[in-house]
Amino acid sequence: MVTIKELSKEEYLLKGHAACAGCGPAVSLRLLFKALGNKIILVVPACCTTVIQGPYPFTSSAVPLQNILFESTGAAASGIVAALRQRKIEDITVVGWAGDGGTVDIGIQALSGAAERGTDFIYICYDNEAYGNTGMQRSGATPYGAWTTTTPSGKKERKKDMPLIMAAHRIPYVATACTSYPLDFVNKLRKAKDMKGTKYIHLLAPCPTGWRYDTSKTVEMGRLAVQSGLWVLYEIENGKFRLNVPSDRLVDKTKRKPVKDYFATQGRFRGLTEEDIQRIQKWVDEDWEQYGKLTSNNASDLAMHGKI
Amino acid sequence: MVQTIIDTANHLAGYAAKAARVKVIAAYPITPQTTIVEKIADFVENGQMDAEYIRVESEHSAMVACIGAAATGVRTFTATSAQGLALMHEALHWASGSRLPIVMAVVNRAMGAPWSIWPDLSDSLSQRDTGWIQFYCADNQEVFDTIIQAYKLCEDEKVFLPAMVCLEGFILSHTYAPAKIPDQEKIDAFLPEYKAGWVLDINRPYSHANLVSPEWYMEFRYMIQEAMENAKRLIPQIDKEYGKLFGTEYGGLVEKYMCEDADLVMVTMGTMGSDAKLAVDKLRKEGHKVGAARVRVYRPFPTEEIAKLAEHTQMLATVDRHISFGMEGFLASETKASLFNRKDRPLVAGFIAGLGGRDVTSETIERMAKKAMKSISVGSVKKETEWVDLRE
Repeated sequence: MVTIKELSKEEYLLKGHAACAGCGPAVSLRLLFKALGNKIILVVPACCTTVIQGPYPFTSSAVPLQNILFESTGAAASGIVAALRQRKIEDITVVGWAGDGGTVDIGIQALSGAAERGTDFIYICYDNEAYGNTGMQRSGATPYGAWTTTTPSGKKERKKDMPLIMAAHRIPYVATACTSYPLDFVNKLRKAKDMKGTKYIHLLAPCPTGWRYDTSKTVEMGRLAVQSGLWVLYEIENGKFRLNVPSDRLVDKTKRKPVKDYFATQGRFRGLTEEDIQRIQKWVDEDWEQYGKLTSNNASDLAMHGKI
Repeated sequence: MVQTIIDTANHLAGYAAKAARVKVIAAYPITPQTTIVEKIADFVENGQMDAEYIRVESEHSAMVACIGAAATGVRTFTATSAQGLALMHEALHWASGSRLPIVMAVVNRAMGAPWSIWPDLSDSLSQRDTGWIQFYCADNQEVFDTIIQAYKLCEDEKVFLPAMVCLEGFILSHTYAPAKIPDQEKIDAFLPEYKAGWVLDINRPYSHANLVSPEWYMEFRYMIQEAMENAKRLIPQIDKEYGKLFGTEYGGLVEKYMCEDADLVMVTMGTMGSDAKLAVDKLRKEGHKVGAARVRVYRPFPTEEIAKLAEHTQMLATVDRHISFGMEGFLASETKASLFNRKDRPLVAGFIAGLGGRDVTSETIERMAKKAMKSISVGSVKKETEWVDLRE
């Protein structure tokens, strides 16, 4: 387990990048580079990072970065991995870095294909819960009740549980992470780097522009999401489920902050009624009963399927 | 040693990928293409080919995986047909825009709806503007030879563009014919190892294909246009060089047959080119001065060759196994466009034939030619576009 002092001093996300102030994904991308170093090839579909990296002839990435079509990160990574193998290059890690729209919606097919084929790469979905690059439209990862420009009165459906969809591919490693827990993210990336096959990390990355909160509050937002139990930090390693710090202390309901504390901080939830909030609290509590069972069983892949 | 085999054009395409020492294949099945990628799967699994075979979940992913592999510096191949090619559409633009020399066999099949598995050229011709070089083959041997030639061309630093090698479904794809497979050493000498123009490289870390502002975008497009012009110059040279080494030559951009003194030239693409030759033989015997020109390379379009063809000819009759709805066949349009600014341009008539696999024989082409000759005698074309053998 890495400590903050042991984090690399090298910066591979260069100064002058074009992220919004307070951008969660940019903070996490910087950490990703620190965790994995520069012997990586980054595959980036249409997403905020298309902008963050800066326009030609500039780049804010100090690692080779392949921009690729919106729905095709998994496929591009497959081609790169295959070519590296043909060239007998073994010390380069291929990393997909895609937004939630590019992962849970338009990119799910190529990702599923790549995972089913056991493609040896790390895929990170940085999830800001909407199509941020195009100005906050609803995605399959937008949570219930959230305002977006295409759900002006709030989304009517629940967030797609993408990590569990990936777990159903029986890949060696699935994990969740959050911008606000940098060491957890770094450790998960390092673990993933040392494993063969498809590794999937779903990173909740707060977005002040879309979530409607002050740009200084990004870390706070992620923490509240985790502390309220709305976002759960866990990993599924070779089918074994494990809650991570601090989510592992939240099985006891009294330890969790009420979800309404989280909703009160963000403009996108302004339209939630008291009823909505109660409904969501109930969903969260039900989910946690499952997480509790998984943990008490010391987890198993069977239990995972029980959850699904 | 030259090996003579009797096999289908699809299998020949597989043999060509093997002979070209392709390193990554990403493919998805679709009729009538499938037997190409089945053949290659055999080659890879039985160790005859040292390559990675990615069994992707869609044609879109097939093309993107090829893009990823080519960007990592290896020779790549895929094959598809009709709906599969249409699904690849945006990735085709990405491949050419990224200047990656991917070669793809397109086994031509009519587009649905309604479903059809039979041939016409509307699938690949619909991809006309994607920045891909397009070859159209007339027989099995040409499929093999053109795939080898296509790599040579596409990987030239003056080109660095992808190419489709098109062959009509069933007419060629599943038809057995004798073909020669040249000596591997000679192919290796003709087609050396792939040297990438750029590659994803940790020592030269760039963002590839990132956002380009209006200050730069047009220049990138112009460079593709220049590359196409370069390809136009290189294709006849490569064809000649290949011919000298291996004994098969296809006339470069346009294969001409008895055109020198012809009053009428039948302009075709693909297998109709062979039928047109037979028709010419018959018509010549009857005393008609008819020739045949097969447009072998559709992108870049052989504008100059068409114009030259027209110099001593009274009429060109194009035969399109394709229709651009609301207009005419592309071959007709582009033949006319190639002639417009020239003095004494000949008459041009367009025929639409063989859509969705309707049979076109030498006799069909003979009838078209005779109809066209009537236009010569009256000095004008009555109907710009005529559909051949249409049910009443």
